[in-house]
Amino acid sequence: MEKHELKVQKIKEGTVIDHIPAGHALSVLKILGITGREGFIVTIACNVPSKKYGKKDIVKIEGKELKVEEVNKIALIAPTATINIIKNYNVVEKYKISVPKEIVNILKCTNPSCITRSEREPITSKFKVISEKPVRLRCVFCNNILELEDIEKQVSEKY
Amino acid sequence: MRLKGRDVIEITDLTRDEIEYIFELANKMEKFAKSKCSLLKDKILALLFFEPSTRTKLSFEAAMLRLGGNVIGFSEPSTSSIAKGESLADTIRVVENYCDGIVIRHPLEGAAKLAAELSNVPVINAGSGALSHPTQALLDLYTIYREKGRIDGLNIALVGDLKYGRTVHSLAYALTYYDVNIYFVSPPELRMRREVIEDLTKANVRFKEYFEFKDDVLSNLDVLYVTRIQKERFPDPAEYQKVKNSYKITLDLLKKCKHDVVIMHPLPRVDEMDYQIDSMPNAKYFIQTYYGLLVRMALLYAILGDAPL
Repeated sequence: MEKHELKVQKIKEGTVIDHIPAGHALSVLKILGITGREGFIVTIACNVPSKKYGKKDIVKIEGKELKVEEVNKIALIAPTATINIIKNYNVVEKYKISVPKEIVNILKCTNPSCITRSEREPITSKFKVISEKPVRLRCVFCNNILELEDIEKQVSEKY
Repeated sequence: MRLKGRDVIEITDLTRDEIEYIFELANKMEKFAKSKCSLLKDKILALLFFEPSTRTKLSFEAAMLRLGGNVIGFSEPSTSSIAKGESLADTIRVVENYCDGIVIRHPLEGAAKLAAELSNVPVINAGSGALSHPTQALLDLYTIYREKGRIDGLNIALVGDLKYGRTVHSLAYALTYYDVNIYFVSPPELRMRREVIEDLTKANVRFKEYFEFKDDVLSNLDVLYVTRIQKERFPDPAEYQKVKNSYKITLDLLKKCKHDVVIMHPLPRVDEMDYQIDSMPNAKYFIQTYYGLLVRMALLYAILGDAPL
């Protein structure tokens, strides 16, 4: 274990999201809908040194085991993240984020003529993932392609 | 081949075999195109046109009437509850109770897909913003097939507004089913949409993009498919001003083509083609509208019909 990680206490039960791209930890929490008002302990470490990436962010969520489909939502901004499920201070499960096949109701289509942009219609945005690295999405309704920069822009504005 | 109850939202909702089955039906429809039959007797088709149309709406209407069916609908959203603020979703959930099938044209891209997701009766996309127009692609392919006797092996140029023209998007996808060479000729500002180019590349379709006519391309062409600049779809009128009149098909230009090149246009046209071309035997854009009637009769029969042909 790297020395810097000792700055953050180990957790007894819960989820550690490691290898988040530096500076994206707060966005990750927002996408997961964690506000800090839920009552469980959340520890955030930003810009800690990483052998693999130079710098990374880490999020530790005490007392909450995140479900796979829940966590995969963060793939849009943190495709390199790894998830560690902790029980009694030990890692009992470890897996990499995988990009879901569809992204529903998180992003807005950038095509102003897309039906999903019509405020009058009861419709949620839906994108198919056409590439994982880098993440590229295609609107299921109008075929418009969202590039990584479109996604990052929206995520940083919204989250 | 079973198409009964199917939605047709994109041309790729149909396979090549299904498309060619529709062509076979279209050939058979010729005998009913000038008279009337009762193949769709007691069936009601709703035509929901949220955008102006001449050919598509009238040919669907004529097709349904020739098949002995009935038509309801509107051609102006201002005459429906849309004008009162009703959503497309609510309109569909109401109209589906009055009909056996819905034909929809809407200015927003993906509107037909939304309609199909909500509707319990089959939905046919009659134009969805700048995105797609699958029944036009069907009739365009059928025109090529009727006029050239085949589609495989042909050199086909799609010319004009390839960015906002929905017919060229659907036709490009339709051509992915065939062994053809496609030439996209447009001003750079109106080049083919990026996602179409990506899909064609993935499908290993042979295509090239040009920003002006080249003599060696013209001399190779079997089909010249010309489109109008879609003025109404430009978000910025200044952008339209820059490209209007940027291309024109003239008699001189056609002299560089093969003697039997087929000239097609989805219509309406404005000034991208010399009117003198109309009298050339190569001009097929009016018979193309007749083929459109046959194809729409075939499609409606395939989707709504019970009676044997």
